[in-house]
Amino acid sequence: MDRIEIRLSGSGGQGLILAGIILAEAAILDGKNSVQTQSYGPEARGGASRAEVIISNGNIDYPKVTEPDIFLALTKEAVAKYLGDVKKGGKLIIDDSIELNDFILEDLKLYQIPIIKTAREKVGNEIAANIVALGAITGITEIVSQESIIKAVLDRVPAETIELNNKALHEGFKLIK
Amino acid sequence: MKNEARLMQGNEACVKGALDVGMRFFAGYPITPSTEIAELCAEKLPLVNGKFIQMEDEIGSMAAVIGASLTGKKAMTATSGPGFSLKQENIGFASFTEIPCVIVNVQRGGPSTGLPTSPSQGDVMQAKWGTHCDHPIIALSPSSVEETYYTTIKAFNLSEQYRTPVILLMDEVVGHMREKVILPNIEDLEIIDRKKPDPKNHKPYYPYDDSVDDSVPPLAAYGEGYRFHVSGLTHDKTGFPTTNPDIAEKLMNRLIGKIENNKDKILDYSTEYLNDADVVIFSYGSTARSAQRAVRLAREEGIKAGWVKTVVLWPFPEKLIDEICAKSKTIIVPEMNMGQLVLEVERIVAGRAKVERINKANGQLITPNEILDKIREVK
Repeated sequence: MDRIEIRLSGSGGQGLILAGIILAEAAILDGKNSVQTQSYGPEARGGASRAEVIISNGNIDYPKVTEPDIFLALTKEAVAKYLGDVKKGGKLIIDDSIELNDFILEDLKLYQIPIIKTAREKVGNEIAANIVALGAITGITEIVSQESIIKAVLDRVPAETIELNNKALHEGFKLIK
Repeated sequence: MKNEARLMQGNEACVKGALDVGMRFFAGYPITPSTEIAELCAEKLPLVNGKFIQMEDEIGSMAAVIGASLTGKKAMTATSGPGFSLKQENIGFASFTEIPCVIVNVQRGGPSTGLPTSPSQGDVMQAKWGTHCDHPIIALSPSSVEETYYTTIKAFNLSEQYRTPVILLMDEVVGHMREKVILPNIEDLEIIDRKKPDPKNHKPYYPYDDSVDDSVPPLAAYGEGYRFHVSGLTHDKTGFPTTNPDIAEKLMNRLIGKIENNKDKILDYSTEYLNDADVVIFSYGSTARSAQRAVRLAREEGIKAGWVKTVVLWPFPEKLIDEICAKSKTIIVPEMNMGQLVLEVERIVAGRAKVERINKANGQLITPNEILDKIREVK
């Protein structure tokens, strides 16, 4: 069945739900179906947070992710909490600030890249790490087209941050190893 | 012309459907996971000359909705389990006084304050029996964002057509999920407005006139020239209280009958692979999507499984259960509660088939694999 499951995880406040919404919108721009869900606690900031997206050419029945094909993590706590059920052969996109020695990563394809560092140093604002991550996911997995993700990002973010987010996205594209 | 596909949240689809069908008043007291409904109503209603008010609590907001509806407006409130409990007294008032309105309950884990950010289907029985004594009620439960849009429209249409409160039972997953939708043009929608008395007809107006053909008397709007009484006490055709047992009996029969006798027009369900199914999953709300996946997977394994999703929970689709019993051996009822609608299934089945339960009230969706395991076990 063509059904790609993506889990975006990190800490509450890092903008991962927004990243999930944008990814789902890019998939629609590509003419596909998509569903975005999230899991969060009562707290507004902090704590492990995750957004999930399912992209398919066909009908999406069960709306939640069960075995992610693609897993993004921006914090160690998120890796610890959400790595467990990633599909065999799945792609892990993990921020390079995270120490991974404690985790078993057998049968998974690991891309450890400087997402947060790129946002902070090249884009100039750590808050754009979610958009850098979207660029990296698009570059590595081609799950959505570059054209659609650019349009989806620029349609969603506040007007005064378009330049920053555009740069963040393009820096993300470049993070392919 | 077809509209463009877009990503939309379930709570947003509810508000969009309500606005498209003509909702012009919202009163509420925001509560997770329904808050986006209040937020969007506050933003959108003033743009269409509508009114939004945040009341002091859920009791007040239900009362405000009833008052607004009596002035002729299509009115809605939205809440979750704890607030739904508080609204019950006034829901009973609206049901008995036959005031159209829509009450959205985006269900979350409970009881009490429970699991505010997690889904449940724990209010199925509260929707039917939460307010005291026998009373007519309609409850609908959507399973997707697009279905939320259409079901909200249906909720208003049924409330206007039958002069009754309609409860829209969503859940946290359906409310917060974002999904691709293609919305219709408003001119293509069927929109039902309540019957009003004809001002050219100079007969006296009775708001509870039981001589009308369809058991649903016309409802005048306050402020349009008709003066009439509305009372939660048992009333005669004028709306004034009475203790006359004959009138009380006739009123109760008409109220229950206006829903029961129109069941076939109200019911709304979908089925898949039902014809040769040995095992049928009877489902509703977001659980219906897990059930649909499970049935598709079971079919791939050669198991004759079938799927039912009912959007209308109350009135209950009794005939559909009869039809399933005639062909199938087992009915599985998955619910995010400790077993509620299954009681109704068991009552109708009455031993003609085996009824199996899958219950989960820990704030997590029932997964397709949990249902598939049960299908394999009972096949």
